[in-house]
Amino acid sequence: MTVLAFAVVVWLFVVGLYGMVTSRNLIHLVVCLSVAQSATDLLLLEIGYVGHGHAPVFVDLPKHPGPTVDSIMQALSLTDVVLGAAVSALLLALSVQVHKRTGTLDPDELRTVEPNRS
Amino acid sequence: MTDRTRLRVFLVAAAGLAVALGVGLAGLPRFGSPASTYADVINALAVPLRRSTDAVSAVTLDFRGIDTLFEEFILFAAVAGVSILLRPLSDEIGEMPEDQAPDRRVPPPSPAVGLLGTILAPLLVVAGLETVTHGQVSPGGGFQGGVVLASALFVVYLATSYSRAERFQPGGLLEASDGAGAGGYVIVGVVGLLAGAAFLSNTVSLGQPGNLISGGTIPILNAVVAVEVAGGFVLLAKEFLDQTAVIRQDRGGRRS
Repeated sequence: MTVLAFAVVVWLFVVGLYGMVTSRNLIHLVVCLSVAQSATDLLLLEIGYVGHGHAPVFVDLPKHPGPTVDSIMQALSLTDVVLGAAVSALLLALSVQVHKRTGTLDPDELRTVEPNRS
Repeated sequence: MTDRTRLRVFLVAAAGLAVALGVGLAGLPRFGSPASTYADVINALAVPLRRSTDAVSAVTLDFRGIDTLFEEFILFAAVAGVSILLRPLSDEIGEMPEDQAPDRRVPPPSPAVGLLGTILAPLLVVAGLETVTHGQVSPGGGFQGGVVLASALFVVYLATSYSRAERFQPGGLLEASDGAGAGGYVIVGVVGLLAGAAFLSNTVSLGQPGNLISGGTIPILNAVVAVEVAGGFVLLAKEFLDQTAVIRQDRGGRRS
């Protein structure tokens, strides 16, 4: 179970990384980055998981005999989600301007920094 | 740099990453193993010490509240960065395009979308406010509720046309709420200082666990965060929509 849980994290990360490396479109690249980043969310939640644990919410619940999962990891993954949204927004804004300046979204055609307007 | 060199650089970096990832993952505790002492202590103390029945909110906004302060600043910086990146450039104009064919009506969104938006937008506002205000009791809080609140306006964009929604959209208010949210968090922190305790100390009356008023500063911080997140995310959407709807190349040589 441990191997499967962490293998999913590695798989998500590698899939996102593969997409980023082979990407031919900046929008696609940003999406791949969020895929790779979601591996972090999953990893944080998996580290915080306790076998048969319930959520760290103690309202209106009958006394649950089991343990509670790690609330710090859940708070950290919340941070991760927010930062992921912020990073995606910034990268997409950069992509918009790149497309406007150079007319392309292909990273390979952005070798030169100067806009080539003929 | 040629493709071959780039591939080599990547392979070296990937090998380093693989080693680091392998070592890191091997050192992790088994999946489902008991939580750390820190986590147990936090879970045990969230209710008696902070009267907050949602331990995640207690961690985010109280025990590790200063982390969330920086997280807020990061979000604020990102929104400001997007606003700066997507401003009208020197060769662009940022005003609504004139209707060149007033005799031809713009097809309105379908009645089904309009109806759905009319129903959905108020529901989203209520759900967002519920999520924000109950963050200290049940799962939720300012970040989650703020995004739900922002999505209410996205539904309005969808159900009308953006050019129509743009006219009554309070752009200045959105920017102000983004800043007020980030600044408000600091003010709540300073209140702790004024009360003679540390920055961001939970010095407000704590209330009863499970009630709406509980957790001391946690619901206040949730509200502040919600103002920033809702304003920030609507502002983000506005900046991107402006790129297609409002900002365009200055062709006629008009003033920029």
